[in-house]
Amino acid sequence: MAPSFLFSQFMGGLTTAMFLFLIASGLSLVFGIMRVINFAHGSFYMLGAYLAWQGVEWVHPTGAGFWIAALFAATGVGVLGAVVERLFFRQLYGREELYQLLFTYALVLILGDVAKFIWGTGQLSVSTPPVLAGSIQVFGTTQPIYNLFMMTIGPAIAFFGWLVLNRTGVGRLIRAAQMDREMLDALGANVGTIYTGMFVFSAFLAGLSGALVTPIQSIVPGMDVLIIVQAFIVVVIGGMGSVWGTFWGSVIYGEVLSFGILIFPGFSLFSVFALMAVILIVRPWGLFGRPL
Amino acid sequence: MTMETAVPERSQDTDAVSRVLRRVPWTFVVLVFACAVPWIGSRYDTFLGEQIAIDALFAVSLNLLLGTTGLVSFGHVAYFGVGAYVCGILMKTYDLPFVVAFPAAGLGTALFALVSGYFCVRLIKLYFAMLTLAFSQIIWAIAYKWNDVTGGDNGLPEVPFPNLDWMNSIPGLDSLKTSEQFYLLAVFLIAVSLAILHRIVRSPFGRVLTTIRDNPERAAFIGVNVRLYQLAAFVVAGTFAGLAGALYGIFSRGVFADYVFWSKSAEVMIMTILGGMDYFWGPPVGALALVWLNQAITDYTEYWPFVLGTILLVLLFVFPGGIVGGLDLLWNRLRRLRRA
Repeated sequence: MAPSFLFSQFMGGLTTAMFLFLIASGLSLVFGIMRVINFAHGSFYMLGAYLAWQGVEWVHPTGAGFWIAALFAATGVGVLGAVVERLFFRQLYGREELYQLLFTYALVLILGDVAKFIWGTGQLSVSTPPVLAGSIQVFGTTQPIYNLFMMTIGPAIAFFGWLVLNRTGVGRLIRAAQMDREMLDALGANVGTIYTGMFVFSAFLAGLSGALVTPIQSIVPGMDVLIIVQAFIVVVIGGMGSVWGTFWGSVIYGEVLSFGILIFPGFSLFSVFALMAVILIVRPWGLFGRPL
Repeated sequence: MTMETAVPERSQDTDAVSRVLRRVPWTFVVLVFACAVPWIGSRYDTFLGEQIAIDALFAVSLNLLLGTTGLVSFGHVAYFGVGAYVCGILMKTYDLPFVVAFPAAGLGTALFALVSGYFCVRLIKLYFAMLTLAFSQIIWAIAYKWNDVTGGDNGLPEVPFPNLDWMNSIPGLDSLKTSEQFYLLAVFLIAVSLAILHRIVRSPFGRVLTTIRDNPERAAFIGVNVRLYQLAAFVVAGTFAGLAGALYGIFSRGVFADYVFWSKSAEVMIMTILGGMDYFWGPPVGALALVWLNQAITDYTEYWPFVLGTILLVLLFVFPGGIVGGLDLLWNRLRRLRRA
């Protein structure tokens, strides 16, 4: 196999990885602190994509308003996250995880239909913002500039997340809430606000990733349930609640998928699910996580 | 279960009512009614009835894990799917008769449940849910991509009906269509399966499962091999889900990869909780309610998932006990009011 071919497979895997990382980081954050698998995270992502399309339509249909639209989408989804957490989710914290899982699934059903009701069932697409359109030649392969942009934004967010969690006062509170909610509450920290903040931030990230994916993927109903499973795999591989774990989890996922196609064509999907199962069996807390 | 707790000193009239209600052999009445559907109802009623019966078995099998053992399986559809594929492949590709394919589906599913369950029961709570989800997605990926065996994207259309010619020699049944004869066979097999599951839940084995649900540490402390019991429950639940799947493949005249997608696991879970997972007959009531609601609502709107999501929200926040739980509560309140 030619090196340039392998390189382009590698870059393809990395692009997938960085998109997934944006989505999965929010999922991992909510799991890490609230111990809840949020199925609705995929719906937040889908709503982000639809809202970005809507924003582009309103601001500048040729695509120049892409950045404003993306910010609008992410903020909109963040606000939705705040409403969901404050009105409903809050009441379920003490309950069994079954109820929490089903609550987030109810959101998947409802939000999926709301999106269908507003935007219909057709495919929608957003054109690449002009600044990042086009492609460049790297090692004899053609790389779209937008993909390269995504590849830089992923690590940037990972680094930023790590910095906030490990080097700031807010991060210390978040880590404390992760370890012992009651104790932190007793010490006088406002745990409720921390939870809301984390949930909103995770929804914001989901909305942002949905918006950023629109230039390279068309927006269709059903993208919510497809993406959430992929995000799960990433989070399970890397370890729930760990930023770098999620980062490396996405890289592993992207590359296994990308090279799996070369080794067993048709079974790359199988190989990522099998990888998830093996990790859960051997190290349930993931490669980079810590046991609960 | 709570329905059976005796209340001392009942007033005379409610006592009489409840005694009469209790004397009625409800399961038998329902069974006779289910068998009569092809004669008293339309073809569409038979279709709905079969859907409800199959879903009821599927949901009761899930409830053996969810309600009885306290294991939140988010991949129960995998076993339904394995059963459907094994039965469908044997009957369509290999032309084997139903009497071979149906038990083979149960056996195949049991084996898969044994292997996957062995790993699943080692994990606790959320990790258990995630690993079951992972296994169900593995089955989905295989079903979706292994074109030579499962038909991949196109699925396995036109799974044949079993040979039911012997029913034609029974007077009264010879006038029925093949699909209606298969309905009767399915109702019979499901009734037997439910009877077995009922027996299992009420057996000492079932009691141990409930002990494990309530307090695994204490169960281990009194000498129960918790994982072994959980694994046994997992295999039994998987097997009956597989049998339900086998019937479903024939009933819907084909097996498709969509049947195994993870969101189907959530649907059967909703069914179970809607009925009430603290009661053996809760999940069948949930299946009845959901199938009936689905067909009533899709006449008016295409937004069935929205309605389902809303039902689920109401259920979670207002009636966590489900329909049977709600009725039970209401019944007890009425009785207390009368007594006062």
